[in-house]
Amino acid sequence: MKTSLLSRSHLNAYGAVIAARYRTLLQYRAAALAGLVTQIFWGAIRIMVIVAFYELNPEGQPITLPQLVAYVWLGQALLGMFPTNVDSEIAEMIKNGGVAYELVRPLDLYNFWYCRTIALRTATTTLRSIPMLVFAVVLLPLLGMAEWGLSLPPDGAALAGFCISLVLALALSCAITMLMHVVLIWSLDGEGINRILPAFALVLSGNVLPLPLFPGWLQPFLELQPFQGLVDVPFRIYSGNIEGQGMLVELCQQLFWVTVLTYWGRRSMQRITRHLVIQGG
Amino acid sequence: MNSIALYWQYIMVSLKSQMQYRTSFLLSFVGQLGVTVIEIVAIWALFDRFGELDNWNLAEVCLLYGLVNSAFAISSALLSGFDSFGPLFVKTGNFDRLLLRPRSVVLQLMGHELALRRLGRLVQGLLVFLWAAVQLEIVWDIQNVLLLMFTLFGGIALFAGLLVVQATMSFWTVESLEVMNTLTYGGVQTVQYPLDIYSEWFRKFFTFIVPLACISYFPVLAILDKTDPLGSHFAFQVLSPALGFVFLMVTFCFFSFGTKKYTSTGS
Repeated sequence: MKTSLLSRSHLNAYGAVIAARYRTLLQYRAAALAGLVTQIFWGAIRIMVIVAFYELNPEGQPITLPQLVAYVWLGQALLGMFPTNVDSEIAEMIKNGGVAYELVRPLDLYNFWYCRTIALRTATTTLRSIPMLVFAVVLLPLLGMAEWGLSLPPDGAALAGFCISLVLALALSCAITMLMHVVLIWSLDGEGINRILPAFALVLSGNVLPLPLFPGWLQPFLELQPFQGLVDVPFRIYSGNIEGQGMLVELCQQLFWVTVLTYWGRRSMQRITRHLVIQGG
Repeated sequence: MNSIALYWQYIMVSLKSQMQYRTSFLLSFVGQLGVTVIEIVAIWALFDRFGELDNWNLAEVCLLYGLVNSAFAISSALLSGFDSFGPLFVKTGNFDRLLLRPRSVVLQLMGHELALRRLGRLVQGLLVFLWAAVQLEIVWDIQNVLLLMFTLFGGIALFAGLLVVQATMSFWTVESLEVMNTLTYGGVQTVQYPLDIYSEWFRKFFTFIVPLACISYFPVLAILDKTDPLGSHFAFQVLSPALGFVFLMVTFCFFSFGTKKYTSTGS
């Protein structure tokens, strides 16, 4: 009886952390709006480049042009979900020793920061993605540029698969961000790894260039690495490029990487906090 | 002390202070190298899958890429003071101090920092350029060398102009503006592909308003001796980098206008 009460209050605490952080991050509306213009611009360049190349040689490609366009727009709309940065307040706490207060809280540090990370990855994304999607789904066809617009998923299965896959992508992104936080505790500044890791993740996830456009001989490797689950899997499920049994396989693969990376992050955090030296005075 | 000697001293101090944190410098240098390498991977993959792009092959596009990225890297290293002008000078009120000193504001901002970490992009841009130049067997006679230098300096001036605009905007916005990234980083991304693949309004924007095509596409056509499907004249191709300098001068006028309108944040 007592344990179940305890865990419920814990759950409430974690929920409160997510909600509070989310509301704080929602305050930066002007910045989100400015980011919107930037992301529409980037989306437009990417699409123009891809269309120019695609039209040269449209036969026998593993993905259709509307599927590629959907891939690019979703990538721009959901960019905030991508593990590009660490939580700046956590970074500050690690530098000035505030992490000591985090450790005495009656909450598991990994779970606590994981909740903060969920808020970090979803708050700006909600602010940016909704107007972006309205632009790409509604406005572009109205402006007479329907071939550049984002079309809806072909069927219910694609939509349902996309929703599941998106949640897994969020979990994966949070697990990777948590690993970046661990690096931060370990190295104190993390300039190197935490800069290079997102750069590689951007390529290997399909954010820079949709993965199906990479050479055929690279595909088996791209299939196997964890970053595919961040971008490539959900967006290709959305447009119907991955369907049926293939979809199930990809979802399982995402789940596998979420489990592995979360476990790895949790273990390394436990090990590192055991020998932690607090900075500052 | 004359301005050049003073600038030299500023730069020496900046280099010395950056060398105090050698590991941090090396890591961010390598980091930037890594970030820029991913862009070339995407270009290579597109060519590998689809073949030539409107009569442009991979090496020719790499020439564009190398030129644009080198110019951008040099400007952003030299004008790092303008790049971080909003948060470092306007928001903090430090700009008041610059105004009080008996030297030009531009000189002081130029001397603020020579950001060595930005040179990661330069190293990569130069390597790509060299590879492309060797592949294409370009004859480096005096004409081509002069045109190349003219284009590079025009490019540095143009990107410098964009950073000056970004700095000027922060007189009003205080914060630095993410929107300007579309013109700097986005501009680099845009003009590393041949201009003729884009829609007309987009081409016009990057030729006449922010003349990025004039320090990449047009002069490179002349260097490679290609005919332009857009029908530009040879004389225009050779002279177009001059628009980079014009752009820089216009933006300096905008900056001095902003300086007159400046009201301190008082902090």
